Amino acid sequence: MSQILTVNDLHVAFPTDDGLVRAVDGVSLTLSQGETIAIVGESGSGKTVTGLSVMGLHKKGATQISGSVLLKDGDRTVDIVTASDEEIRQLRGRAVAMIFQDPMSSLHPYYRIGNQLAEGYLVHNPGQKKQAHARAIEMLDLVGIAEPAQRADEYPHQFSGGMRQRVMIAMALMNSPRVLIADEPTTALDVTVQAQILILLKSIQKEFNMGILLITHDLGVVAQVADKVSVMYAGRVIEQGAADDVFYTPKAPYTLGLLKSVPRISTHGSARLKAIPGQPPSMINLPTGCAFAPRCEYTSDALGDICATDRPALLGTDSMHLSRCHVAEPTRDRLFVKELKEVRS
Amino acid sequence: MLNFIVRRIIFAIITLLAVSAVVFAIFSLLPFDPAALTCGQRCTDQIIEGNRIKLGFDKPIYIQYWLFLTGIFLGRSYGEGAAAFTCPAPSFGYSFNENECVTSLLTEALPVTVNLALGALIIWLVAGVSLGVIAARFRGRWADTTSSVFVLLGTSLPTFVTGLALLIWVTIKWKLVPLSVIGYTPFLENPVKFLQFFILPWITLAIAYAALYTRFTRAAVLEILGEDYIRTARAKGVKERAVLLKHTMRAVFAPIITLAGLDFAGLIGGAIITETIFNLPGLGRLTLRSVTEFDLSIVLATTLLAASVVIIMNLIIDMLYAVLDPRVRV
Repeated sequence: MSQILTVNDLHVAFPTDDGLVRAVDGVSLTLSQGETIAIVGESGSGKTVTGLSVMGLHKKGATQISGSVLLKDGDRTVDIVTASDEEIRQLRGRAVAMIFQDPMSSLHPYYRIGNQLAEGYLVHNPGQKKQAHARAIEMLDLVGIAEPAQRADEYPHQFSGGMRQRVMIAMALMNSPRVLIADEPTTALDVTVQAQILILLKSIQKEFNMGILLITHDLGVVAQVADKVSVMYAGRVIEQGAADDVFYTPKAPYTLGLLKSVPRISTHGSARLKAIPGQPPSMINLPTGCAFAPRCEYTSDALGDICATDRPALLGTDSMHLSRCHVAEPTRDRLFVKELKEVRS
Repeated sequence: MLNFIVRRIIFAIITLLAVSAVVFAIFSLLPFDPAALTCGQRCTDQIIEGNRIKLGFDKPIYIQYWLFLTGIFLGRSYGEGAAAFTCPAPSFGYSFNENECVTSLLTEALPVTVNLALGALIIWLVAGVSLGVIAARFRGRWADTTSSVFVLLGTSLPTFVTGLALLIWVTIKWKLVPLSVIGYTPFLENPVKFLQFFILPWITLAIAYAALYTRFTRAAVLEILGEDYIRTARAKGVKERAVLLKHTMRAVFAPIITLAGLDFAGLIGGAIITETIFNLPGLGRLTLRSVTEFDLSIVLATTLLAASVVIIMNLIIDMLYAVLDPRVRV
């Protein structure tokens, strides 16, 4: 598997009147062909901002970006952070495509579906109108839209939510990109439709051998499709590893909290939902120490008050499973496994 | 669609009947004798009574209204014997002050007002919309700041100030446009004279409206630029220029057309101040004069005309909207 996207120490900050909002604070990840990496975290943790950085969709004047986002385009590699607007524009929709959270508002209400799809092809293949329309119908067919030729002449309001998300996926596939960023692709949809869309994403991933960066807050979605998981909190990756490892042996207290707070239909009658106490910190005044420390139950297991003073580094005894925590890893392993067992029994 | 248009036309006719009835009622309630107003200073009771019978003011109000309505379709005759005269259909009555059928007064005034409104509309749409787009595109930069100064001036300066200022400087001091253009010349007869006649009134009206359209367009463009589907367009790799001029403007045009249609209809009802300043023999001046002279027949006709234009423009806007926005198509 060859690497097609490498994000290295990405920092994204937005200057506001109240101060600098550090939306993404040192994120690194590597995506290979045919692989799905899920970025998990709650609202405001910097997931979407990371995705938009890969698309180069941040406004240049209003954003401070550093680090690198290396995208493979054929034989060459382009750094989205330093590339020119025009260079990025030529990559967008061709080498890397994105589908968005809300399919209801992400399609232009005044243009026919077929034309909106064809435009994505025409932008990168000027003058090839016939091929563009043929491709649009082919892609609509591929994503499971019946009678694609007729449907291409319709407008977005004539499609249901699930169908519109299929259209969005078809639009993203117009130029067979190698990287697909799916930003909460199922959040706005019914549960039954969610499953269909995930299955669809999986099957087209195989067909196109794409790398998918799946942005979601839904752990159920992650469990179904992800190979690797990056858990984000307050703009930082707090845990990173293979999906199974993160699910069965979480290393970061925050990940454990997320897993514990998934509602379960239990056999032992009704139990209280275990929510993580407190609120995520303000992205302007992040705590000097560990960003999760104010909400963490395990700070007493660390040495002294190091959690409040020092930022933990992303480390791990297993180099494929990293986490940020001052509590010694063996201690965590022991405590967390017990906790998970209790919850999952 | 046909069903929709027929329904709207029936509704329009009912509205027009109501409007004419209300205007009729208002004038009949005024403490003036319409017959007495028809003759000048050397008036005798005999002349007044003669005119009263001649113009039908002796009949009850509902008969007068009926005569007015039938006159529109059949024409109407006044007086008897040798002194009799006829206003052919469509007749909106006879103006004793002007000694003319109202319809012929309207046909003289209407082209002036239509040309005034149409020219101004084109100028303010082009200027207002492009300034608004530029302001939105360069938000917060000097182009935006400059345009907001223009918006402030345009909206706060009344037309009688800009109109008079243009007249004094452009025509009288700098002599860029001759003042001596007497009367209205149709465009096809002499385009140069036509333009000389209209250019300053157009600019006067356009400044006031363009400012509003600049503000409106700027706000609409900024709002649409924040829409999810604009982000989708960028994600496809569409050039920024096409994002603005194609994807954004497509969505901005629908509300602008609504606004423009209504403003245009309002101007046909009479740009009274502008027509007065530049001495344009249009509907606005005709209405103003007839109101001050209590010339019911003219006021009634111009009111009905203005109401019809508003109704027709609304119908046109609704049909255009259906063309522009696929979501409202039936």
